[in-house]
Amino acid sequence: MTATTAAVSAPAAETRAAGFGALLLSEWTKIRSVRSTLWSLVLLFALTQLFTVLFIQMGVANWDKAEPAQRAAITLDPTGTILGSGILLSQLAICVLGVLVVTAEYSTGMIRASLLAVPTRVPMLAAKGAVFASLVLVVGELTALCSFLIGAPIIRQKVPVGLGDPGVLRAVLGCGLYLAVLSLFALAVGAIVRHTAAGITVVIGLVLVIAPMANLLPGDAGRYVRGSLPTEAGRLITQQHPAEGDVLGPWQGLGVMALWTAVLLVVAAVLLRRRDA
Amino acid sequence: MIEVRNLTKRYGGKTAVEDLSFTVEPGRVTGFLGPNGAGKSTTMRLLLGLDRPDGGDAVIDGRRYRDLPRPMRVVGALLEARAFHPGRSAYDHLLCLAQSQGLGRRRVEEVLEQVGLADAARRRAGGFSLGMAQRLGIAAALLGDPRVLILDEPLNGLDPEGIVWIRNLMKGLAAEGRTVFVSSHLMNEMAVTADHLIVIGRGRLVADCSTEEFIERGAGRVIVVRTPDRDRLAALLRAEGAVVTETDADELEVAGLQAPRVSELAAAAGLVLHELAPRRGSLEDAFMESTKDLVEHGADATATGGAK
Repeated sequence: MTATTAAVSAPAAETRAAGFGALLLSEWTKIRSVRSTLWSLVLLFALTQLFTVLFIQMGVANWDKAEPAQRAAITLDPTGTILGSGILLSQLAICVLGVLVVTAEYSTGMIRASLLAVPTRVPMLAAKGAVFASLVLVVGELTALCSFLIGAPIIRQKVPVGLGDPGVLRAVLGCGLYLAVLSLFALAVGAIVRHTAAGITVVIGLVLVIAPMANLLPGDAGRYVRGSLPTEAGRLITQQHPAEGDVLGPWQGLGVMALWTAVLLVVAAVLLRRRDA
Repeated sequence: MIEVRNLTKRYGGKTAVEDLSFTVEPGRVTGFLGPNGAGKSTTMRLLLGLDRPDGGDAVIDGRRYRDLPRPMRVVGALLEARAFHPGRSAYDHLLCLAQSQGLGRRRVEEVLEQVGLADAARRRAGGFSLGMAQRLGIAAALLGDPRVLILDEPLNGLDPEGIVWIRNLMKGLAAEGRTVFVSSHLMNEMAVTADHLIVIGRGRLVADCSTEEFIERGAGRVIVVRTPDRDRLAALLRAEGAVVTETDADELEVAGLQAPRVSELAAAAGLVLHELAPRRGSLEDAFMESTKDLVEHGADATATGGAK
């Protein structure tokens, strides 16, 4: 190199990579600086509480008119009933946000800037996943805990339940974990598909459509297939007691979902490295 | 310094860049020219590791872009103006990029000041005009105080003031010993800004020389002569082997003869000259001339190029 180029270079700053901490900071700035993401999470929290009150109140009011089987299900798993009334909504929001966190970079062209900053690419995706999943974990735990604390006094009019009962705390905290794993699942799909509409369709399809279809499969095989689907398996952690026909325990279920997610993340990472951006 | 060696890239069956080799030296502005679809943007994307080459490689100061630990501190790039999330402020856009390179908020404020966006920094970048978006892109390129700059069409959407600003910025960066590699469609602007030119057509190198040499070779040098005895002078000059064009009732354009010789011939014949002015051709003319074949036969040549 000539003397002039040496004059404008700063070699010490270039030899070491900035480190994963710097990438986490960078991704956190990206997430917090897009207002719609934060508002979606706030809305998710608020709506979940609203739906918990509505559904549990309705369940209690119609208690005497309900089918005996339905009453038995609620009696067996009051915690799952409370959490489930809000989760149906929260999880869709998490699916959409998880896809968007990646696909918005592609649709806006930001991805080029991101990849110029981190040309090895995979650490960028890893940092994005870590930051987003952590954020969802915090929001998810808060949402689940509040939802339980609001729903429990209402449902106690018919079924006794408390945070100290066996399996309850695990189910409530597990609900936040489930949402965090789901956020990574959606993020991985977004990174593989790279288009917002397609990504959301795929994730929502996997969550809402495939499970009822697997229900139609006959016999034990159908039960196992359905039980191993990512969100079906993952949601077992939110049950206070195992339901009849469950093929996995609560932690096994979450483990199966985490495995699905890990596979998708690996595929996403390999494709990110290989594809032209 | 940028070195491109035997670079080849195909998209599907179409060859975008073929066996392209050139070097971009530090300390001067190097213009990157070529007709639409010549492979300029592709070459820049390959340089920056966004696309993978099918053959050859491109290195910056001896290393591939992918191998640079903090790339933005070595190379600053502007590829497209709107490479940001419209919902994010200019400040936050630059901040997240700075943080990934281990740079702080002070550097973000410095570049915002430098590109004249300090007042708009907290506004959502989605509302920016094309000119402001272009300035934000330049700010991102300058963030790491890089010694190599790769700018794809930085003049797009800029008003005359912005164009002069970029011209001075690029010249200043080159004068500091940095490598400045810039593509543009604005020939007049490149003629005054670029010291050196890399011209490509259909993915191949057409010219790699100084701007002056390129113009001289492509557009040549003509002499404009004004004289009341136009026809007599024209005959005299043609006899000397010059190529003469009658451009007006009293005006000639002369190629292939030096101005002193024209003057001597006129004086010997007792002809009066009102004007004798050497005129340099334009970069535009030179560019048209050198890429003429590439554009004219664009369609069928692409087919044979792709079949290779």
